[in-house]
Amino acid sequence: MDWINVIIQGILIGALYALFAAGLSIVFGVMRLVNLAHGDLIVLAAFLGLAVVKALGLNPLVSLLLVVPAMTGIGYGLQRYLLNRTLGQGLLSPLMVTFGLSIILQNGLMQLFSANTQRLSLGGFEDASINLGQGISVGWYSLLVLLATVVVIALVQLLLYRTRLGAALRATSDDTEITRLMGLDSRHLFAVATALAMAITAVAGILMAAKTNFDPASGASRLIYAYEAVIVGGMGSLWGTLAGGLVIGVAQAVGGAIDPGWQTLSGHLAFLVILTVAPCGLFANGRN
Amino acid sequence: MDNQQNSSSSGLMLRLAELLRIPHLQWWVVAVLFVAFACMPFAVDRSLLRLLVEMATILALSMLWNLLAGYAGLISVGQQAFVGLGGYALFGFIHYAGLSPLLGIPVAALFAAAVSVPTALLLFRLRGPYFAVGSWVVAEVYLLLVSQVSSLGGGSGSSLPLSAIKDIAPTQSVRDMVIYYIAMGMVCGTWALVWGLLRSKFGLALTSIRDNETAAKSLGVNIKQTKMVVYVLCSFLTGAVGALIFLSKLRISPDAAFSIQDWTANIIFAVIIGGIGTIEGPFVGTGIYFLLRWAFSDFGSWYLIGLGLVAIGFILFAPQGLWGVISRALRFTLFPVQRLLNAAHVGPQR
Amino acid sequence: MSLLSTHGLTARYGDFQALFGIDIAIEEGQSVALVGANGAGKSTLLRSICGLQPVASQQVRLDGQPIGGKGADQLVRLGIALVPEGRRLFPSLSIEENLLIGASSRRPGPWSLERIYGLFPVLKERKKVPATSLSGGQQQMVAIGRALMSNPRLLLCDEISLGLAPVVVKDVYAILPQVLAEGTAVMVVEQDIGQAIRFAETLHCLCEGRVVLSGKSDQVDREKIHQAYFGL
Repeated sequence: MDWINVIIQGILIGALYALFAAGLSIVFGVMRLVNLAHGDLIVLAAFLGLAVVKALGLNPLVSLLLVVPAMTGIGYGLQRYLLNRTLGQGLLSPLMVTFGLSIILQNGLMQLFSANTQRLSLGGFEDASINLGQGISVGWYSLLVLLATVVVIALVQLLLYRTRLGAALRATSDDTEITRLMGLDSRHLFAVATALAMAITAVAGILMAAKTNFDPASGASRLIYAYEAVIVGGMGSLWGTLAGGLVIGVAQAVGGAIDPGWQTLSGHLAFLVILTVAPCGLFANGRN
Repeated sequence: MDNQQNSSSSGLMLRLAELLRIPHLQWWVVAVLFVAFACMPFAVDRSLLRLLVEMATILALSMLWNLLAGYAGLISVGQQAFVGLGGYALFGFIHYAGLSPLLGIPVAALFAAAVSVPTALLLFRLRGPYFAVGSWVVAEVYLLLVSQVSSLGGGSGSSLPLSAIKDIAPTQSVRDMVIYYIAMGMVCGTWALVWGLLRSKFGLALTSIRDNETAAKSLGVNIKQTKMVVYVLCSFLTGAVGALIFLSKLRISPDAAFSIQDWTANIIFAVIIGGIGTIEGPFVGTGIYFLLRWAFSDFGSWYLIGLGLVAIGFILFAPQGLWGVISRALRFTLFPVQRLLNAAHVGPQR
Repeated sequence: MSLLSTHGLTARYGDFQALFGIDIAIEEGQSVALVGANGAGKSTLLRSICGLQPVASQQVRLDGQPIGGKGADQLVRLGIALVPEGRRLFPSLSIEENLLIGASSRRPGPWSLERIYGLFPVLKERKKVPATSLSGGQQQMVAIGRALMSNPRLLLCDEISLGLAPVVVKDVYAILPQVLAEGTAVMVVEQDIGQAIRFAETLHCLCEGRVVLSGKSDQVDREKIHQAYFGL
């Protein structure tokens, strides 16, 4: 049993989960909204990438140039014109609206693209690996995903803590009423937060599409992995979310190495165990 | 204040409202329906009977989800866990213990209730939307665990053995009748439980938690215990319904047993459209769900998209559901659970 | 024409009516104090003026123009700023970030970050610190500074002495004359009658949602204020 390779694989899977989770984390951090359609939005990005690649023959990674702006716009519109109406009205409204949205997205994608599983090809790059010596080999693509995740999270942290927009977003998450008193439009800020989350989600979706098979119904499991990463990492910290993703990824890899049928289950069990012993997550910074 | 917009409709509304003020109207309605449904097996053919069983199970599940989410404020998208556990427990007890199927139903329900206790202890650590998704994760875990049990068919599921089928009743028509009456019994039992619960002191505690947990706590309501009791009760009955569903299907598989579309999405749809937080809501919602299904399910994915849009529309623009709209317009409740202050004017609700 | 005037201002929280037809006015560069017991409606009045509480359009006027019902973000841009009750600083932001966010409305005027630091030197030393780790008095300074950063024509101060030691209250109130000197009108809500009289030219006393006494601070009778305050 080559544990080192298994753990490295886990870290690399986990990086993608962290990217799934980053969007969820931002939206919850700013407006306390859990979007049950988040996983389906990741899958939407993947299908948009598929459509762009098929129509324009572009490399999937280049398709990001189109998919990221598209998803950013979709995110802004979704929040501004639909999800903003569900805020401040209790729990049921946002949960049920996003649940309905999830059903609509899944079935819409099924209508447009059929229920077949899809995959984006990078012309073999996704299979290339590098040998790091001592029997450890790592896929180039997986390293790219890890790098992308770290860069994205670092950029978001920069945005949140070093720019005026970031300060405005943090202020809105603290106190929406007083934010208005500053002359800021909360409805716009919420939409910006979701737009940002969707930009990240677009990257996550395309990166996922080249790495794993996906179909219109894949959204549910993406949501669950993202959610587990956020809870395990603890709310209020994007680096915590990254750690959470890595934990889930490693748990899945270890379980999968013991028995392939145990992969997903191991992630769930790790999540439940951590939830039992550390309900606020491993790296919570005290703010909820 | 009457919210009547113009005089031409107000006359009709007034007459309708007066008609509905027959004393104990609701009990006459119930009695008539009871007799009607009791006679069904002798009046309709097999396929319609099976449809009625299906409607009954959806109705029961809707009432239970409504109790959990609409009254207890526990919004779960993971109740399919207990439908599946109930179904699998039934098949399990039949397979391993040779239990008779009819006895197996309550036993399966007890199993579901037993599992719900540690589940609740875990899930109650989560709040709000995180509780919701957590309940979903837990359902997925149960699905995956059950798929590992090869003696119950693993990932592809198993069928009910012939001997067990014969155990229900010797002939098919009697079997259909037995299952039908059990289904009706479940609807009546669930309804009686929900209504009785809500009219009791326990029900008052429950709605107080839903409205304002901190205030309820300060008044001495034991939040954890109250929530646990509701959760376990709902799981027990959901498990019973799950057992019945798969007994009547004669076959079970993990994807069917733990299907979020069948046992959560459709249920939530029915409750939201009908009217969450009301007793009558699930009845209205279940009716509408089946009506829409009968009319549009041929459209496949479009039908589901349509359902999703309708649900979103209701949540945003008519969150009290269809029954809520009717009830408010006519100022009329069939099964009131609100306590009214003793006032000089006695309104139509009492 | 007054800078700001209210005309039969009424306000409700659901079924509960908090204000019953308030008529007050404040001129450019004037200082006004609103006194009254808890629940008299003072905070509601401020919130109605600055757009946090829904009001009918004609009931509040700025330079004679109706502004009732406009959102708080619009009113800040028109020059009405509130120092909220309980400070309500942003815990996720540092002191400097709290001050800077106050300038989001980009109104031109005399107040800038440097001038605020000049007013409150102690804040400059601790500008990167999370705002909520300061003492009550220092937080109050940040809250006032944050409101000043929007270069308001009218500064509304809701119970700025709340929870502060008397010596700190004196320091806080010592700032306000400098604000008035820039031509900004200041309306304070204050439970301490003595402090209100010392600071403001004009006094209004509210009781159960109505103005029961108005007058110039140096002319109004102390005994009468006490009676009005308690509704006697």
